[in-house]
Amino acid sequence: MSTPTDIPSIPGAGGPAAERGEPILAVRHLVKEFPIRSRGLIPRTVGAVHAVSDVSFDLYQGETLGLVGESGCGKSTTARAVLHLQKATSGQVLFEGTDLTTLAKEKMRLLRRDLQLVFQDPYASLNPRITVNEIIAEPLKIHGLYGKNGQQTVNDLMQRVGLNPEHGNRFPHEFSGGQRQRIGIARALALRPKVLVLDEPVSALDVSIQAGVINLLEDLQEELGLSYLFVAHDLSVVRHIADRVAVMYLGKIVEVGPADELFERPLHPYTQVLISAIPIPDPRRERERERILVQGDVPSPANPPSGCRFRTRCPKFLTLDEGQKQRCVNEEPPLIGRGLGDAHPAACHYAEIQQVL
Amino acid sequence: MSTIDSGESATLTATDTVLSVENLAVDFPSGDGVVHAVRGVSYELRPGEVLGIVGESGSGKSVTSMAVMGLLPKTAGISGSVKFRGRELLGLTDKEMTRVRGKKIAMIFQDPMTSLNPVYKIGYQLAEAVLAHHDISKEQARKRAVELLEMVNIPQPDKRVDQFPHEFSGGMRQRVVIAIAMANDPDVIIADEPTTALDVTVQAQVLESLRAAQRETGAAMVLITHDLGVVAGQADRVLVMYAGKPVEIGSVEDIYYNPRMPYTLGLLGSLPRLDKRDQSRLTPIQGSPPSLVNLPPGCPFTPRCPLAQEVCQTTEPELEQVAAGGFGLRGHMSACHFKELVAQRDPADLFAATAQDADLPDVFGKNDRVLERDQEPTGRQVAEDDFGSDEEDR
Repeated sequence: MSTPTDIPSIPGAGGPAAERGEPILAVRHLVKEFPIRSRGLIPRTVGAVHAVSDVSFDLYQGETLGLVGESGCGKSTTARAVLHLQKATSGQVLFEGTDLTTLAKEKMRLLRRDLQLVFQDPYASLNPRITVNEIIAEPLKIHGLYGKNGQQTVNDLMQRVGLNPEHGNRFPHEFSGGQRQRIGIARALALRPKVLVLDEPVSALDVSIQAGVINLLEDLQEELGLSYLFVAHDLSVVRHIADRVAVMYLGKIVEVGPADELFERPLHPYTQVLISAIPIPDPRRERERERILVQGDVPSPANPPSGCRFRTRCPKFLTLDEGQKQRCVNEEPPLIGRGLGDAHPAACHYAEIQQVL
Repeated sequence: MSTIDSGESATLTATDTVLSVENLAVDFPSGDGVVHAVRGVSYELRPGEVLGIVGESGSGKSVTSMAVMGLLPKTAGISGSVKFRGRELLGLTDKEMTRVRGKKIAMIFQDPMTSLNPVYKIGYQLAEAVLAHHDISKEQARKRAVELLEMVNIPQPDKRVDQFPHEFSGGMRQRVVIAIAMANDPDVIIADEPTTALDVTVQAQVLESLRAAQRETGAAMVLITHDLGVVAGQADRVLVMYAGKPVEIGSVEDIYYNPRMPYTLGLLGSLPRLDKRDQSRLTPIQGSPPSLVNLPPGCPFTPRCPLAQEVCQTTEPELEQVAAGGFGLRGHMSACHFKELVAQRDPADLFAATAQDADLPDVFGKNDRVLERDQEPTGRQVAEDDFGSDEEDR
């Protein structure tokens, strides 16, 4: 294993490294491109969908990092590339100092014990033909950890996620959506991982059910010291559960910061637009709020705009003079501290705090 | 404002209410028995008013509006009454209903990808809606189509009108659907989860267009959604549905600031808040909604309700007035035997901030806390060995 000093530090890691120690997971310059092939007898690569373009972040022990953005911004692809489920085009994913992107298959398989994934759709992610006991036991058996006490471990896992272990011989279809998501979490916990990647874990659930699963995730983190990479589009959920939040737009992180500060003092125009677009369940406040509307939709990631990728929809861009606009068009804004310190960097040349809540 | 009680609907004058739904019930036959999808919904809609209908999946909110539009399959058993400006709509023939649909009452569906026909140009689909109810020339219809696109903020409407749906983004398609709904200046628009399929920034654009279009035409709107944030910003009045029945109705302030039904309170306590720094634990409603086949007697919320008593298992409460100001369906009504106990309570007073999934017992009415105690012994020791401390606050 390489020494921790090999990990180059990045802004947005959340306070001086000395305070937090070394990150358990460090992602550096991650790029994932999907080739676009021409049709015909001999397909040729004619372009690429730039799903993730140079994304770097740190995840610390016991912390929840929320990764948010709209559909197509690359947040799920980032999660999958981190777990090496989709091979990254370039970049590094350092788990406790080991680079996962260059790891041999067999070594990666062993490391998967430490890195587990919870999927979005509790209906599609459980095999309908085997019982819940078998579903939760599967990772244990694969890694040769089932042994004599296997069934007891499974019972315990079910209880831990708030399910009745007596129902272990039932099939997934006999459970509600919330219960299925708990089964998915139990399966992910079976190998006692250190990092859980949660890809929209509560988006498919009704609110009254969702709250219970969020509470469960909070409890598990506290009891087991887990680190969460929490991918979601629902900012209310992310504010509730995350310690730090990274906002993605068109394959890039545009702003990172501690959750409360990011929501109360957003720097990047996109973060401001995103927060302002979310309706608040409070009629009086909601009526008083001013909404920053943007025009149009997210551009195609196959052909992203030059310079700042948000400039085509940016409300700030419209207020700039020609010279300033040229900078947005020509020069990609780096993700660096912009007035609120290195723990809260933003990728905008003209970043400025605007309260939108 | 005159008082309209559900009993005296015969005295309704057209100016008071555009749409009145009374005791609407919908049954579907299924392999397991009859599904009582909607079990008695009543509401009234005034001109220009926005009524939000909220509820979780399967609460019957969509089926209610499909019944109003006459869009349910023939196998569905529908009873009750739906009156548009005093005229009964239930029982109309398909042909008669066609004259109402689109012209008097228009509908906006959730998925803009499937509610537009992919093989016709946008302009054709807009003109089709206009021509269905107006005897005008095709040129006039096309002109109207461009106007409509402009009304919902589609840039370059005169060019866009000749494009196909696939050339539009999701948000723009939904705005086209809104434009089609507005085409004949309807008196009522029913929007069924109009922004659920969209991203938040696009949702904001679409809601803005919907609001503008609604103001322009002065139409009343029924907004069906599960998003309590959207309802808070858009609705004047709110109807909360649970297990096919309205459990609370009132002004948007009544519902959000002074709910009188434990279910409504529980929903609000389950919501993570974007605007609050204090992130105390959420208070979920344990268990899941009941099956609508063979629903037991009593209040269907009983197994999940922290206030449930004997009476809740035997008698289903009716919607009753809870506060002065507005009468009947115009006031604040709740269907709960203990609505006084809910007044001015915080969700955390009634609901536990639990992480458990209450495994609802098969025998109706058995308290879930009892069950939790029952299951305690299984696998406890292993828990200690495997993961260290296993103390959970129960």
